[in-house]
Amino acid sequence: MNNLLPTVLCVLLGIACACGLESSQVSVSKTDRIEVQYWEKWTGEEMEAMKRIVDKFNASQSEIHVKYLSVSGIADKTLLATSGGTPPDIAGLWGDQVVQFVDLNALTDLSDLAKDAGVVEENYIPAYWSICSAYGRLYALPTSPGSGALYVNRQLVPPQYASPETFPKTISEFNKFAEQTDRRDSSGKLLVASFMPRDGWGLWNMPYVFGDGFLQDGQINVNGKDDLEAWTWVKSFTDRYGVTETKSFRSGFGNYSSPQNPFLSGKLATYADGPWFSNYIRMFKPSMDWFAVPFPHPDNHPELAGFSTMNLNTLVIPKGAKHAREAFRFLAFVQEQKNMEQLCMDQQCNSPLSNSSQKFLTSHPNKAIVLFDKLAKSSRAVPPVPLGIRAQIGSEVGNAVDQMELGELTPQAALDQAQSRLVAMWAKYQQQVLGK
Amino acid sequence: MRSNRQNVIGLLFASPWILGMGIFLFYPVISSLYFSFTSYSILKPPVWIGLSNYQELMQDEIFLKALSNTLIICAASVPLTTALAICLALLLNTKRKGISLYRTLFYIPSLVPTVALAVLWLWIFNGQYGLLNEGLSKFGIKAVPWLTDPSWAKATLIMISMWGCGNAMVIYLAGLQDVPQSLYEAGELDGASAWQKTKSITLPMISPVIQFNVIMGIIGSLQTFALPFVMFPGGQPARSTYVVAMYLYDNAFLYQRMGYASAMGWVLFLATMILSLVSLRLGDRHVHYGGGA
Repeated sequence: MNNLLPTVLCVLLGIACACGLESSQVSVSKTDRIEVQYWEKWTGEEMEAMKRIVDKFNASQSEIHVKYLSVSGIADKTLLATSGGTPPDIAGLWGDQVVQFVDLNALTDLSDLAKDAGVVEENYIPAYWSICSAYGRLYALPTSPGSGALYVNRQLVPPQYASPETFPKTISEFNKFAEQTDRRDSSGKLLVASFMPRDGWGLWNMPYVFGDGFLQDGQINVNGKDDLEAWTWVKSFTDRYGVTETKSFRSGFGNYSSPQNPFLSGKLATYADGPWFSNYIRMFKPSMDWFAVPFPHPDNHPELAGFSTMNLNTLVIPKGAKHAREAFRFLAFVQEQKNMEQLCMDQQCNSPLSNSSQKFLTSHPNKAIVLFDKLAKSSRAVPPVPLGIRAQIGSEVGNAVDQMELGELTPQAALDQAQSRLVAMWAKYQQQVLGK
Repeated sequence: MRSNRQNVIGLLFASPWILGMGIFLFYPVISSLYFSFTSYSILKPPVWIGLSNYQELMQDEIFLKALSNTLIICAASVPLTTALAICLALLLNTKRKGISLYRTLFYIPSLVPTVALAVLWLWIFNGQYGLLNEGLSKFGIKAVPWLTDPSWAKATLIMISMWGCGNAMVIYLAGLQDVPQSLYEAGELDGASAWQKTKSITLPMISPVIQFNVIMGIIGSLQTFALPFVMFPGGQPARSTYVVAMYLYDNAFLYQRMGYASAMGWVLFLATMILSLVSLRLGDRHVHYGGGA
């Protein structure tokens, strides 16, 4: 028994030495460089695309080594690590998370660093720059962005609509197109639906197709005239197919990135999505003959044409990052046109830069990249709601749409309920998070 | 002196557990109780707001909806899972050739990770291509929208929860093997049928095990998270599958309302404790301890 204490201490000492040795081995191999920790959410091809940029940066200079790590649940982990005082030097967040992180005091203000490095607003498409900014300051820089358009499966639409030139431009033309495109079997079972507004990217932005969307004069407004018009239009598809038939038809849809995706499996003739979707077509349905068009606009409102849902992958430097200046050098490197275009090309996205090179536009794997680039620059390009309660807006509006589609509430009642909850949530957020 | 030294050595050996429990259990539990009385968004210092979070919870329609969903799922899944586990244990308690293989086969599903299970069930319950609807169609039954209809979605979740009855089944099996054979022999001498023996001997003799499993089942079902989180994002359709643990997660990690989420956790804890105590109290009348005086 007398020998036990020294034995235990020796074992503990051994473990401590082993741990220390391991960490010192890591640092010894990088002693000549400052190591910048970079957490990113991507896996697979997207991760490899960014890894090539990281490798290029590491090879381009001898002072900084960027250590690239693929991290799941990146927002939660970055926030918790920041709270614990050990954040990564760089984190890859979604653009729609930037405002909330700024409100939580979790991000480094990049305005001055960007100015010194010559990274200026004029070089970027305005909607993307706005996603990176909050309260007039810059907190993120773009990586690969997205703008939304409507993909059309030429084989499933009537011949008179089978080209970008002849495809419907207005909502009423689109309704007519939908009636002619839907296919049912002899028992009335839906075989092909022209469009299902709930499937694809950007459903929550539907009110913007009809006008002002979720915000009016900076205030939350999810039950205005435009909202009601938008959701009534969305509901008209369920009404046309029937609630039970819609449920049954939609329950057969598989995962987004799989051959069972409803557009790829030939269940939907049109599908709203970003430029990257052509990659899924290439992977899962290479034989598909497709084209892309802008979303139709309301009749008699040509000024509302060119609507496009926008989002962006961003790079941020969390508050408390140990190597903020070095991290920003990498961020600036990514912003160089050749690097940005390489990344966006490899991830099959459009570029966030205001001027894309001819080579980028002509050799991009998405044949409709010019359209996506044009839509991103449109005055009707809609970035995510710039409020810290964006997730709650999505949840409440989603629930309202569920309720109206199931016939539990009228569209107006469902939206009124969502509005009243969101106003209360926003007041609480302002009081508790923003300290107002 | 020697005794002190032995105490120190004992504590030293126990220290990993003491430290682990202290740092990773007691400290978070006490912290969350404190945070439940604050407004706390992780990176800003918590601000004391007294009972506001609890008052807000009582008026929060979404929380009340989630709580009601959770209680419905608990009320349906615990008795069903208990009945199924007991039936399986009774079947697997017979002396048959290859019974060990059957026991293993019935237990294996409990080992499947929840997320993998959820993805598997999504395919089985798929409205158009699902195995279940395919099977029902053979009997002329129309396709059921298991995942997209609010009432069916909840029922689907309850049915799936029965899949994990393997753990309870093993415990029942152990309990059944402890029932004295002499009681069955006495019953047979009195001319008791199989059902009478089950009702009057087996169930009373394993009642402490049933009580334990019911309490564990209540605790488990009130904490249900992974299955609905993967199968029904956001509690779709129309929040019919939105359970308290999902709302808690959303408040903590999506809405950054850690104080509110902590209050929710404590309300869930209280609900769990009350239901467990009720089960224990009911058990006083119905649970028989064979080894007792």
